[in-house]
Amino acid sequence: MSRLITRRRFLIGSTLTASALGLSGCDAVVESPKVQSVLKIAEGFTMKTQRFLLGDDALAREFSAADISPTFRANGTSMPDGGQYQDLLSRKFTTWQLDVGGLVERPAQFSLPALKAMPARTQITRHDCVEGWSAIGQWSGVPLAALLNQVGLKPQARYIVFHCADEFEKTLDGSGWYYESIDLVDAFHPQTILAYAMNGRDLEVPHGAPLRLRVERQLGYKQAKYLMRIEAVADLSGLYGGNGGFWEDRGYEWYAGI
Amino acid sequence: MDTSETMPTPPGSKRLIVHRHSIAVRLSHWLNVLCMTILLFSGLQIFNAHPALYWGPYGADNDPSVLSMRAVEGGDTTRGITRIGSLSFDTTGVLGVSDVDGQPTERGFPAWITLPSYQDLATGRRWHFFFAWLFVINGVAYLAYGLISRHFRRDLLPKAAELTPTNLGHEIADHARLRFPKGEKARNYNTLQKLAYLTVIFVALPLMIATGLTMSPGFDAFAPWLIDVFGGRQSARTIHFIAASGLIAFVVIHVAMVLVSGLFNNMRSMITGGYAIDSRPEPAVKKDFAS
Repeated sequence: MSRLITRRRFLIGSTLTASALGLSGCDAVVESPKVQSVLKIAEGFTMKTQRFLLGDDALAREFSAADISPTFRANGTSMPDGGQYQDLLSRKFTTWQLDVGGLVERPAQFSLPALKAMPARTQITRHDCVEGWSAIGQWSGVPLAALLNQVGLKPQARYIVFHCADEFEKTLDGSGWYYESIDLVDAFHPQTILAYAMNGRDLEVPHGAPLRLRVERQLGYKQAKYLMRIEAVADLSGLYGGNGGFWEDRGYEWYAGI
Repeated sequence: MDTSETMPTPPGSKRLIVHRHSIAVRLSHWLNVLCMTILLFSGLQIFNAHPALYWGPYGADNDPSVLSMRAVEGGDTTRGITRIGSLSFDTTGVLGVSDVDGQPTERGFPAWITLPSYQDLATGRRWHFFFAWLFVINGVAYLAYGLISRHFRRDLLPKAAELTPTNLGHEIADHARLRFPKGEKARNYNTLQKLAYLTVIFVALPLMIATGLTMSPGFDAFAPWLIDVFGGRQSARTIHFIAASGLIAFVVIHVAMVLVSGLFNNMRSMITGGYAIDSRPEPAVKKDFAS
């Protein structure tokens, strides 16, 4: 009988402990840095698995014109308020130039007409926001691979960083500028383009005029808008929060394949 | 299920402790409890980032939704309105609008059921995907065990005689009266249990994983056919929500059955493996369920 009571006590005791932990300790456990570093293991696991399954060149689904969303929701910044961007906008981006530098052999600037003169790719794809909604749109632009081949990457280059014209979060130290980064697998993927047109028209301001990134196998926050400068780097630790992107510096995964 | 020990019992009765659940089943069961609990709470956190569901390949603010939870300003109060199809319900306090630090706040599900309690999509995602991996690894190990040990065939696959309308009718009637098998019959799962467990193991849980993966733009490039199976990413998201609701319904009934058919005996069998059965001949009328 004593054994039974011991077990009964054990069962009741463990149930009470579990519910007490559940009620009071939840948010404290969630915020523990140790717990967070353990949880981050899953991101590496997800990326390795997806890269293994996808290979380098598997394409995202492309849709037909009939599938295009009637309204494509604009998210994040819909009008950069900096003086520089306002000046470019008032001149209809005729003075805008994309600066390509960092670990490249031949740093260069590209005007909008110069980009439009390069071989283009048009694709109708689904944009998946990390929040859960989706919109389908048609994008036209220059494959990033073509641009990178033109400037020539140095051997040490590992990531491509996209610097944007919108300061998404106003801070005193300037850490709130939008930026993003991808590795070379995604940079040279055939569907990774610098888009200057959406649904057959010049890119509108809420969608990132004059140029935005499309990385079709990842979530919406990777699709940086208002591109100003592209930089090839060897590692991401020296930029802003060191995590490779505006949202990444605020806790989101760098690899946004899920 | 072998007899492993005899418990002290009142004189005249034969109470046996049988070995009901293998260590693999017990371990995977409790790991599943942990994973599914965290997946639910973190999943509701993720849902709250955009508390609306759609059907088809796309869906956002301006597209028609099949379900939405919104805050609606009316006079000097804010009401939480949940809409399913064309039906709207005032769900203030629970869905759409609920208290955060005493203040009515716009949010899909309330703070007490999301992980973390406050709005934090990034953290919710980290918990969700970590425990999704653990859940998948646990599930694969369990499936391998179930096939190799013949657990599925021996314990879960209903026999032809059990699936006759007469037998099923009897079992449903007995369940409704909370009359559970006693004696030798209690050695095995009853048919309703078998069917419920098979549905969860081979339909509901795989459906959760498949619809979850269909929401991944990366996985979609690997298996675009999955998008078509579910009719689009937003349909997959909606099915993910419906299947999760079905699993919650299963857990509610499962826990209720555990409670009414002998809480202590059931809990012991899932922790130590030992399950007491009464090997006396079945009395004509059985009154107590909590033996």
